[in-house]
Amino acid sequence: MSEQLTGAQIMCEALIREGVEVMFGIPGGAIMPFYYAMYDYRDQLRHVLCRHEQGGGHAADGYARATGNVGVCIGTSGPGATNLVTAIANAMLDSTPIVAITGQVSSAVLGKDAFQETDITGITMPITKHNYLVKKIEDLPYVFKEAFHIAHTGRPGPVLIDVTKDAMQARTVPDWDVELSLPGYKPTYQGNRKQIREAIRLLTNAKKPVLIAGNGVIMSGAVEELRTLAEHLQIPVITTLHGIGAFPENHPLSIGMPGMHGWVHVNKAIQESDVLLNIGGRFDDRVTGKASTFAPNAKVIHVDIDPSEIGKNVKVVVPIVGDARNVLQVIIEELPARGELAEMYSRASDWMEHIRDMQAMHQPKQRYTRPDTPVMMPHDVFASITRIINERGSYRVVSDVGQHQMWTAQLIDWFRPRTHFTSGGAGTMGFAVPAAMGVAIAHPNDTVWAIAGDGGFQMTNQEMATVIQEDIRNLKVAIINNGYLGMVRQWQELFENKRYSGTPLSGPNFAKLAEAYGWKGVTVTQTDDIDAAIQEAYAHDGPVLIDFQVEREVNVFPMVPQGKSIGEMITE
Amino acid sequence: MARSIALKKHTIVALMQDQPGALSRAVNLFRRRGFNIESLTVGHSETPGVSRMTLAVESEDVEQVVKQLYRLIEIVKVSDVTDDPTVDREMVLVKVHAPVNSRAEIVSMANVFDAKIVDVGSSTMIIEMAGTPAKVENFIEVIRPYGLKEMMRTGRIAMVRGVRTHQATEYVDGNRHLTAALN
Repeated sequence: MSEQLTGAQIMCEALIREGVEVMFGIPGGAIMPFYYAMYDYRDQLRHVLCRHEQGGGHAADGYARATGNVGVCIGTSGPGATNLVTAIANAMLDSTPIVAITGQVSSAVLGKDAFQETDITGITMPITKHNYLVKKIEDLPYVFKEAFHIAHTGRPGPVLIDVTKDAMQARTVPDWDVELSLPGYKPTYQGNRKQIREAIRLLTNAKKPVLIAGNGVIMSGAVEELRTLAEHLQIPVITTLHGIGAFPENHPLSIGMPGMHGWVHVNKAIQESDVLLNIGGRFDDRVTGKASTFAPNAKVIHVDIDPSEIGKNVKVVVPIVGDARNVLQVIIEELPARGELAEMYSRASDWMEHIRDMQAMHQPKQRYTRPDTPVMMPHDVFASITRIINERGSYRVVSDVGQHQMWTAQLIDWFRPRTHFTSGGAGTMGFAVPAAMGVAIAHPNDTVWAIAGDGGFQMTNQEMATVIQEDIRNLKVAIINNGYLGMVRQWQELFENKRYSGTPLSGPNFAKLAEAYGWKGVTVTQTDDIDAAIQEAYAHDGPVLIDFQVEREVNVFPMVPQGKSIGEMITE
Repeated sequence: MARSIALKKHTIVALMQDQPGALSRAVNLFRRRGFNIESLTVGHSETPGVSRMTLAVESEDVEQVVKQLYRLIEIVKVSDVTDDPTVDREMVLVKVHAPVNSRAEIVSMANVFDAKIVDVGSSTMIIEMAGTPAKVENFIEVIRPYGLKEMMRTGRIAMVRGVRTHQATEYVDGNRHLTAALN
């Protein structure tokens, strides 16, 4: 191909070469040449016009999480680019591979405060895995190749490419035969075998071992390997918020979620454990509580692809840097045969029995006992959602941030990877609806539920228009509407003597709002009507919003107060 | 505010690709943690397209930030050479008040430090001096009483002694430094 192409055409060709099918964005002055070129590629590159760049960023993030491929979002210079910032930071903290493409003013006026100019590479430096400012058309082919490579290899993350308008408008014959030249970027995929053997020695001699599975298990596709290892060792498996789905919750070895809103028996098991194997989790402070008191008796084995995570929050005895799947495969390979582990199995069954005893003692208190009133409790809604989505199958759930997010993690049953999506690291309210849009596009045959609070929903609900324009029919939204910014209100109730400062929240008639956008809108105020509303959502061929107006002041329990040890949980 | 934890002076040497934004990214990491960079020296290395940076920072612990530095795409190699045997050098230019009657004395003082007079004006001199950071410090203290009008220090550069160019604390492979820590 010796044809001359514009920079913008090269960008489109590069995206196709990277296997991109869908992009989420909004045009504007500086990015117009790219949209001009995109028009000719519209059969290969589907462009989803979002209503706000943050929505586009979250949609790309949701799409990436749902598929494991790189998500792409687009914004113009200035405000278009800065509107992407929250979504990029969100992807950074949750290690989601996205590529954000922004238009920049022409190189001739760069740095001169031109109309809609912002230094987006400067702004996003600390919240991207890497970023580029492209001023010359010749750089486009290799920059796109590098950007996609960096985004999805090693520990995935967001990469931003800022392209000046003149680079998009220039013409050249692209040179696609560029070798990647990244001498400073060599992610470590293979774990050190000596350390792996040491890990096995600790695990097989442990009396009270636990395994924590994080997002890395899902991202590296190690679900099968995890199961094999857990069964071979008969080790109790804990799944973090992002590890949800890495291990089926109905498995006899699954014990649940740890941390601030984890189950009491899980946190107690961690505190009692003598060996703790963490695969692909980063010991976030929402998992560890006060880090210095976390798992005080445990020898910690930490498997992570990012060496800078190891030893960051928790003291590690056996560090293993590598891809979760590769490391698990080697561990499995090196494991002693089952016949040699009789003694360990007998200890394991005592330990599991102890954990189940703790669960039996604490779990009843954790069950949400509903008061004898007709008032609709959030847990009634979650009970119905759980039952009905299990009956229907093929579900994916995206939660927003706050109380409903914790109920979603706690109360819905999770069996498969890439079925539960949430903003964990950044805790970005407004994530659910746009991210669910990305998930719904990625999996058109599954029903995608976005569960949001009335606060988070109102931050990005304009994407309902996008859903209609794109004819996305498999998206259903459940608002757990309590008229408060509920999680903050909960903290105010528990720790600030009910000073409800800035938390009471009004909203529109959500069902009518949905109808105005062309959705089906349903309002539910009575417990008895929950099931029918959910069934109605399934019956309707198109997007549906259900406004569940629940009891206003309900708390998420159990709870570890911030800065406290995970051994100190409040349960009521 | 009383400081309860003793701060240690760390010297970090890094090789990085010579690209726009690379230095900024590296420096940003220290800013994020609230570390004050004492000195920073960057220049071409023996490999074309690769710069070598020496960074001096005072902090209780730099291990985490060094690992994060290694995580940056353009950073090819990072070493914390604080505890390694190194040759450390720094250069300083000083403009000193030097009327005719004190010139001879200043010149002889400069000679003691192997410093060079590089400019002589009607009432000033510029002196160039290089040495270990401690010696540079010493020289400045000696010169200061004559009237220090202007001073410019390059900041330290450091190189590990002997044939070794790879140190135990080097971050080139995710597992290597961790293995070293384990053994």
